[in-house]
Amino acid sequence: MPIKTDAIGKEWPGTTYQVGREKIREYAAALGIDNPVHFDVEAARAAGFRDVVAPPMFAVVYSGPALGPVLFDPDVEMNFAAMVHGGQVFEWSEPVCSGDEITTSSKCLSIEEKDGKGFYVFETVSVNQDGAEVVRGTWTNIVRGV
Amino acid sequence: MAELNVGDQVPELSVTPDKYLPHRYAGASGDFNPIHIDDEFAKAVGLPRNILHGLYSMGLVAKANAALAGGDPRALKRLAVQFRGMGMPEQEIVVSGTVKAVDGDTVVVDTVARQGGTEIIKNAEAEVQL
Repeated sequence: MPIKTDAIGKEWPGTTYQVGREKIREYAAALGIDNPVHFDVEAARAAGFRDVVAPPMFAVVYSGPALGPVLFDPDVEMNFAAMVHGGQVFEWSEPVCSGDEITTSSKCLSIEEKDGKGFYVFETVSVNQDGAEVVRGTWTNIVRGV
Repeated sequence: MAELNVGDQVPELSVTPDKYLPHRYAGASGDFNPIHIDDEFAKAVGLPRNILHGLYSMGLVAKANAALAGGDPRALKRLAVQFRGMGMPEQEIVVSGTVKAVDGDTVVVDTVARQGGTEIIKNAEAEVQL
């Protein structure tokens, strides 16, 4: 059966994430990142940030949930049991700080079959409350045995 | 900051995630997939044990590259990775990199994360503004 490609080009509306200090601290601590700009408000302000600033890979926390409805969309029809996260790209713009409200929209860039595997590529674009882009993510999921 | 040139090795980052790291990362990230936090479930679906989150390992790659700019969270402009072998708790991860290109104050670093003989993240390319 050929792989279902109906979702190519489809876009999904944004989901919103409210960034908080404790969540940034929890993420930085889990990664063993000890720069005080991720923990201490005064240190962050002294370094030119509005508030405690997120490490770059905190992007997965605010942008990842946007892919939930995408992966469950019937047009995508992905076999989760055989899915692995194959690749990831992030391109960062404005820093993300506590107090920011980040809205992430999604799009299906491509669905292709190669060597019996399905390659599903999605893009997320995250903007802050001022409309400034903060990160652009490209998520590649590989489904074996399509 | 020492000047970096094409071909230079960047400082390695070595981390041994403890037994409970996947649980802390699950809480921090919101990814509670049981293959990461439930050893019995992981074995039941054919894995050797519960495995690390790939995005945790990518986080270590980001950390190693941000360190080139003193840990400044604005320095990392782009990071592209491929996930390959599975990462395991309680085994040392070594992130190493080589400068691939230099353009003004921006360097591109080819990075890899290894655990023993396994490349858990390969072909990672980081763009860092120094």
